[in-house]
Amino acid sequence: MMKIAVLVKEVPDTWSDRRIDPATKRVDRSGDVVIDEINEKAVEVALQTKESGGGEVTAVTMGPKNALDAVRKALAMGADAGIHIIDDALGGSDAVQTSAALAAALGSRGFDLIIAGNESTDGRTASIPAMLAERLGMAQATFLRTLSVADGAVSGERMTEDGHVEITATLPAVVSVTEQIAEARFPNFKGIMAAKKKPVEVLTLSDLGIDAGDAGGANSWSVVDTVTVKPPREGGTVIKDDGTAGQQLADYLASAKLI
Amino acid sequence: MSQVLVLVELTDGKPADSTRELLAAAAMLGEPAAVVVAEPGVAKALAADLAKLGAATVYAAGVAGADALLVTPQVAALAAAASTAGPTAVIVGSTPDSREAGARLAVRLGGAYLSDVLAIDANGTVTQTAFGGSYNVTASAAKGVAVISIRSNSIDGAAAAASGTVVDLDVSSDSAPTTAITARHEAVAAAERPALKAANIVVSGGRGLGSKEKFVLVEELADSLGAALGASRAAVDAGYCEHNLQVGQTGTTVSPNLYIAVGISGAIQHLAGMQSSKTIVAINKDENSPIFDIADFGIVGDLFTVVPQFMEAVKARKTS
Repeated sequence: MMKIAVLVKEVPDTWSDRRIDPATKRVDRSGDVVIDEINEKAVEVALQTKESGGGEVTAVTMGPKNALDAVRKALAMGADAGIHIIDDALGGSDAVQTSAALAAALGSRGFDLIIAGNESTDGRTASIPAMLAERLGMAQATFLRTLSVADGAVSGERMTEDGHVEITATLPAVVSVTEQIAEARFPNFKGIMAAKKKPVEVLTLSDLGIDAGDAGGANSWSVVDTVTVKPPREGGTVIKDDGTAGQQLADYLASAKLI
Repeated sequence: MSQVLVLVELTDGKPADSTRELLAAAAMLGEPAAVVVAEPGVAKALAADLAKLGAATVYAAGVAGADALLVTPQVAALAAAASTAGPTAVIVGSTPDSREAGARLAVRLGGAYLSDVLAIDANGTVTQTAFGGSYNVTASAAKGVAVISIRSNSIDGAAAAASGTVVDLDVSSDSAPTTAITARHEAVAAAERPALKAANIVVSGGRGLGSKEKFVLVEELADSLGAALGASRAAVDAGYCEHNLQVGQTGTTVSPNLYIAVGISGAIQHLAGMQSSKTIVAINKDENSPIFDIADFGIVGDLFTVVPQFMEAVKARKTS
């Protein structure tokens, strides 16, 4: 039976006006927050893998109280159990620290496959899956737009700048998936009701065995020094095509030495 | 002066275009040292090229079958070079391979991982943007080695030519589980078009094109300007073009000198991927499209008449 972990995360809604809190220099999570869309696709892949070969799917998140909503969404879609890493001392963790916390939570549980989105829409470092593979001594099969699991290996098409490559890795492996991987299912009413009864394990800093002196923004490897709002881009000239707009555009670009 | 390592990306066995700016970035922080992973015996042959671009040292890791292994040989080589060099910083590029090698290295060495960096100063403070360019952020390593991933086309200039002294690395003892690359499908056909991230001009098409057949118009426009081709998510979802052309929050982030949006309304998720372009041109039929709020030059009109006329005008300029 495959043991599958899927990483999920709440992020500020990309359709909303997203902010960074100037005082803390951290993402302001007080507005509209949703499970990151790519995570829903990761959950979908986890569920499809379970459905084709048997297994158990655990949705894992790290974050404050509200982050549990992302786990609940995964449970409603069909995941079997959840893990919520929550501790005020973890606030402000950078990617290196976050990967340490996730590795501590996942390392000893015997997961065959750990599935994540390739990149969150808030931090966008695209680094956690690779860091987890490094920490857990697992193979990394990342940036996959297709994925199949067979004979103890995971294979798929990895997106690159110029196209894609086919890759394959022996399990256990850390996988990350791109937007193209699948369309996520919608949770139905039964799923939403069932989710409320599914177990969610809560882990704190001491459960993870992480020293308080290594945790959180005060002890991070990288620090944000300044955050400044870029002045909104000003619109320029907008013309209505009077039959010469194409010509006018060429003149404009030529005078700006852009063509 | 302490060494700053640069992971050299290879294209067809040669240092990729990114090498110039990665070594230039390294030179701002210390003495540039290139790290190359290739088949045994091959890396050394690149030393002369790398020296010209500023590498005082070339750490050469010969790995049999290097091209068929994902990321782990590069991490091993960087770690081996770091144990010799004791670098203050490590510079990597912006491809998924380089970014992931950098991320793993930060964990292996104990250090900070600074991603998608647009500028560096001599103190090692880096500039990034957040939320699609809505914020400027400066950041730095609080402790450990700074592993810095540079966004393409961010660093001007070049490092002064250096000696390129070759130091061989042995990475055969690396124990990280590997991932095999079994086949490559990297666009040969589109090779004449510049890569989206690195392009000076980007032409993107949206749903306004109406069909896959009509999307050819933006391809022609791109080619007439020597531009990279992009697309909005709506165009990708409608099947007008390949997914890897997507510009936006969930696609590629671009900041070319000139961005031309054709038939794109400018959903916030698209703007997040292109609003830091230096000059933005938008052609769309709906005058209320949000793209016009950020366009330097906007045309409300029928793209199927404006674009051909524009291409004619550009052609006339070239020939006159």
